Amino acid sequence: MARNVSTQRKIVVTVVAWTIGILIFFPILWTFLTSFKTEAEAIASPPSLFFFDWTTENYHEVQSRSNYFLHFMNSVVVSVGSTLIGLIIAIPSAWAMAFSPTKRTKDVLMWMLSTKMMPSVGVLVPMYLLFRNTGLLDTRTGLVIVLTLINLPIIIWMLYTYFKEIPGEILEAARMDGASLSKEIIYVLTPMAIPGIASTLLLNIILAWNEAFWTLNLSAAKAAPLTAFIASYSSPEGLFYAKLSAASTMAIAPILILGWFSQKQLVRGLTFGAVK
Amino acid sequence: MNLRTFLLGTCSAVALSGLAQAETLTIATVNNGDMIRMQKLTEDFTSKNPDIQLEWVTLEENVLRQRVTTDIATKGGQYDIMTIGTYEVPIWAKQGWLLPLDNLGAGYDVDDLLPAIRSGLTIDGKLYAAPFYGESSMVMYRKDLFEKAGLTMPDAPTWDFIADAARKITDKNAEIYGICLRGKAGWGENMAFLTATANAFGARWFDENWKPQFDQPEWKNALDFYVKLMNDAGPPGASSNGFNENLSLFQTGKCGMWIDATVAASFVTNPKESTVADKVGFALAPDTGLGKRGNWLWAWNLAIPAGSQKVASAEKFIAWATGKDYLKLVADKEGWANVPPGTRTSLYANPEYQKAAPFAKMTLDSINAADPKNPAVKPVPYVGVQFVAIPEFQGLGTAVGQQFSAALAGQMSVDQALASAQQLTEREMTKAGYIK
Repeated sequence: MARNVSTQRKIVVTVVAWTIGILIFFPILWTFLTSFKTEAEAIASPPSLFFFDWTTENYHEVQSRSNYFLHFMNSVVVSVGSTLIGLIIAIPSAWAMAFSPTKRTKDVLMWMLSTKMMPSVGVLVPMYLLFRNTGLLDTRTGLVIVLTLINLPIIIWMLYTYFKEIPGEILEAARMDGASLSKEIIYVLTPMAIPGIASTLLLNIILAWNEAFWTLNLSAAKAAPLTAFIASYSSPEGLFYAKLSAASTMAIAPILILGWFSQKQLVRGLTFGAVK
Repeated sequence: MNLRTFLLGTCSAVALSGLAQAETLTIATVNNGDMIRMQKLTEDFTSKNPDIQLEWVTLEENVLRQRVTTDIATKGGQYDIMTIGTYEVPIWAKQGWLLPLDNLGAGYDVDDLLPAIRSGLTIDGKLYAAPFYGESSMVMYRKDLFEKAGLTMPDAPTWDFIADAARKITDKNAEIYGICLRGKAGWGENMAFLTATANAFGARWFDENWKPQFDQPEWKNALDFYVKLMNDAGPPGASSNGFNENLSLFQTGKCGMWIDATVAASFVTNPKESTVADKVGFALAPDTGLGKRGNWLWAWNLAIPAGSQKVASAEKFIAWATGKDYLKLVADKEGWANVPPGTRTSLYANPEYQKAAPFAKMTLDSINAADPKNPAVKPVPYVGVQFVAIPEFQGLGTAVGQQFSAALAGQMSVDQALASAQQLTEREMTKAGYIK
């Protein structure tokens, strides 16, 4: 039975939720608005919110200066590629840790997470040398490898927590019916964990899309994704806010649209277990 | 082998060698107006050199610096030409990371390069990088506000005059501040300005034996002067202002004076961006009568990393991008006002340029007044006006800059800031082996 919620309470909750939502969304909205201003209007004080001469000049400038499509394709290949490879490795490992844990499983999980604790720049030079010696500098393959490694601990952790919610008895029943290990994972476990896998997939695509340290440092002209595209529009000398905003809007638009269409999956996956 | 096979073989060999000659140069560059303009004009180069293709990697200055430093230190070989500053050139050349530019061609005219700029790029008599655009610093001021206050700006002002004028012009109720100066911490931010200014006050970073000098009275005078002036006549929150923040303050009419890079002159006089475009005057950076003006010297330069496989093509490109004909090309296509400034003597002798760029003479005088090999009043063991060309300076400069920025923000006193600057510099220099 639904709880009886007073109108007053509803109003308060709605107002609070909208306020928080707008606060979180405001920087993106501001970036979007600034991208349609001239450079002079972008720095004007006090700034105007909607009442300025809207112009698409910045988009034209960005289009003519950069090869957006190349950077976009690099971002798609690198983020989707690294996430898919990560999932292929992570599903069996998360299965092992969730359903046949040993006394060291917790330590292994913690150890994996600990690789995320070191600042990336600490291993920049060794990584750069490895990439140079293997010819992976400025290649999509190289970036896919490095982002897979970086996001693997998060993927495993997320899947592990989802898998833990699935009763082991169901898998046991499948085994009793003669399912092999691979069949058990592919036909029984995976379908049940779809919401969890989907949200892991989406979250990691977003993380890989936004990763800026390695993608900037290990790429040059050929494999540079949208992070490098954005970095080329910032400048310590001279006005650039409007052009930078246009470049940022173009860079986040695809991932924003993806998030928009898949938000149901994302929310369902993130609250998986609690509302089962 | 019959004739047909022979001919076929010869044709393939010729075709293959043709393919092998079509080289792609990857050029790492910084995002500024002049560099972007060059990218748009490269068709001129590729049409003259059809066997060379160009690939650009444009990055923000700090990202670029980290990126190219990693690449050159590990001999990564990702770039055939790098855009680097006057700070990097002497350090990298001494490390053997750069190739000397010996073959820029007969028409290049190395002697036409401005002597001050050229000397910063020459190590042991060899040019290691070619300047693409150069800058110094100068005073930009509002002629209308000066007139209103009954003041006349001399061509070569003193710091006392500047401070007095700044206090007179300030009208905090009308949001007009007498002077805008850099306060944001960073070796290329507030320390560029403060190191150059300290030179005018007789201060120096190190004595001849690399002993840090922040405990000397000259530094105290300089920093005291700066903090008091900014408290009286500077904008609120000045400790987080860098070039761009001050640029927008000046362009929106909130600063009476701004002392910064000469390249700002073209921004503040551009009516499309600036509300005070027709009211700006220029003067040399101020001095204190000790013989040094607080104006810096910087250039963005093109250099070839050692070990490059495409030296001949890279030299051809550098000769094109930094040569006299390029200046003419920009003038023809975009007008004389848009020509990259600060590299060639001949540009400043050109009457058309003088007419198009009202700040030309002041820029040239400022650049000529800077001496990177003798930057301070007293002798120093280092090269560089607003920096010290040693690898440790990026870290040191930023750490000291944080102390000075905190002093400006009122979080610590000038004495405390100088004491901790002295302490941390001594520690780092001892660790690095400069002092025992």
